[in-house]
Amino acid sequence: MSRRFTPKVVTANDLLEGDVIYLTADDRWSRAHHEAELIEDEAHAQLRLLFASGQPARVVGPYLAEAKAGPAGPEPTHFREAFRTRGPSNYPHGKQEAANV
Amino acid sequence: MYDYNAFDRAFLAERNAQFRSQVERRIDGSLTEDEFRPLRLMNGLYLQLHAYMLRICIPYGTLNPGQMRRFAEVADRWDKGYGHFTTRQNIQLNWPKLKDVPDILDSLGEVGIHAIQTSGNTIRNTTADHFAGAAADEIEDPRPVAELIRQWSTDHPEFQFLPRKFKIAITGSPNDRAVTRAHDIGLRMVRRGDEVGFEVLVGGGLGRTPMLGAVIRDFLPKADLLPYLEAIVSTYNVMGRRDNKYKARIKITVFENGIDVFKAAVEERFVETRAQFSGVDQQILKGIEAQFTPPAFRNAPTDGFEAALASDPVFRAWAGTNLAEHRAPGYAIVTVSLKAHGETPGDASSAQMRLLADLAERYGHNELRISHEQNVILPHVHKSDLPAIHAALKTEGLATANVGLISDIIACPGMDYCALATARSIPVAQEIATHFQAIGLEQEIGALKIKISGCINACGHHHVGHIGILGLDRAGVENYQITLGGDHTETAAIGERAGPGFAYDQVVPAIERLLRAYIDKRTEPTETFIDAFRRLGPAPFKAALYPEEARDAA
Repeated sequence: MSRRFTPKVVTANDLLEGDVIYLTADDRWSRAHHEAELIEDEAHAQLRLLFASGQPARVVGPYLAEAKAGPAGPEPTHFREAFRTRGPSNYPHGKQEAANV
Repeated sequence: MYDYNAFDRAFLAERNAQFRSQVERRIDGSLTEDEFRPLRLMNGLYLQLHAYMLRICIPYGTLNPGQMRRFAEVADRWDKGYGHFTTRQNIQLNWPKLKDVPDILDSLGEVGIHAIQTSGNTIRNTTADHFAGAAADEIEDPRPVAELIRQWSTDHPEFQFLPRKFKIAITGSPNDRAVTRAHDIGLRMVRRGDEVGFEVLVGGGLGRTPMLGAVIRDFLPKADLLPYLEAIVSTYNVMGRRDNKYKARIKITVFENGIDVFKAAVEERFVETRAQFSGVDQQILKGIEAQFTPPAFRNAPTDGFEAALASDPVFRAWAGTNLAEHRAPGYAIVTVSLKAHGETPGDASSAQMRLLADLAERYGHNELRISHEQNVILPHVHKSDLPAIHAALKTEGLATANVGLISDIIACPGMDYCALATARSIPVAQEIATHFQAIGLEQEIGALKIKISGCINACGHHHVGHIGILGLDRAGVENYQITLGGDHTETAAIGERAGPGFAYDQVVPAIERLLRAYIDKRTEPTETFIDAFRRLGPAPFKAALYPEEARDAA
């Protein structure tokens, strides 16, 4: 029996800035994890990844990352993805910096 | 130190122009990422967790004040006002934008700095003893040879697509401060009668399969160095495995074939390569050596230094930890700690870089070094200038008196930056440093090397730390393995894993138990942790790390 599909988001890095970005349901790339499209179907996930991979002039290295539903939108489930939503822990740089200004 | 000639400047300008065009073509969509990635890596540009990262080469860890100032300018103009010095004596910018990188490289090129071969399956920056040219125990300054290797290996057509990356380290001193046994090739200067040559080690490396290098030549005449290196690397280029990334380093080639078989192949190839070298390399080396003449050391009294030692306990503490013996009378080697308690190991702000450049210019014969231990060295300082230097360092938070102590930790960027990391390193280092300072045990513990890596690739050299810490991902949670008994010096040893890993918040308590056991069991305060470990073996330290298991067994 194949393993049950767990929810995912499509994420990548922005080509010009390098910043972490997420694919939204309306085909935008957002800097915010909670705006990502939470994908609950495996076939749809593959289609969305294909869609992302077709934008090489905009994004680098798209992949499916584990996520779960939260009150404000999708939330990361793994600590690596959680760090990607914020930035490093030694300085308030990255996304957490943008959130402070 | 080496100054670029017209050829170097033209080569670098052309290379930077090529990369500018490659970046433009990537941005306008004519290059895919798959096409662009090897090109950007050849020029030191990575894409990390949150941003691009530019790894800039500091050849053999030597730089001049103008270059240090340029790092500060670049960090202010195109990054976030700081740089991160690495265990390979390089500097990394953590936040450059893709479109700015060609401008950054042009700016660095103006002061003779590049990022070529700081990534990719090529010969990387040759690292050297950070006390080279200054150390009291040195046979000869190894940096002219390191510069010769840089010129030979840069854009070497045969070695642009090796099975895997290739790292060379060199020392001119019997006391090994360059971790030569943990490199693909380690070069140790030795004397045979009146002649100076090299003991050549091959097949060392850390990473997932840590190995110490084996001697392939116990004495190689200096003049044979480049043909012999070429023989080793070209033998590896052919014999090295390309079917499995994890078995592609030369240490595996040497291990699987045996040092005797590998050596025989190298010696056979050496007959050919030596015949191809006309001697022009030795002429070039002579020219390089002329640029590494020692500074004009002055003969002056050191009364001011002695007086400060006697009157200022803060200065005395700093002098006790951060100075090393210089070969010239009246001089000292100053290690400026980039490990202030609670700060990120190896990071320097642009203001700190500018101060270090000023001090090198005013007091340090225009020389700066970066150590693989992520500190900055002022290699040539007259002792009478030390009080003024110490006072100036204090103004920028650079006067921490902790070199060689528990808070002088090597830490890789870990999962705060690195796309390969499996756990964080930096906050673990920060917490160890602040904790042991807070409980007042730092001086009591004395000489200790803690080295932290955030993944199995071991950029943080954890295998050769007296205490090594390796961060892993265990079922979606950060978990830290502790290794004990490693040694990075001429008595190199790979540390052994103590037992099961610790959760993130259990690392500092575990290290404290370990070190309280050491204090308890040492014969006297002068017996260091590593000496006590060698005398007692791992058992008492494991018992301290895992008290419950020790109790169960009792």
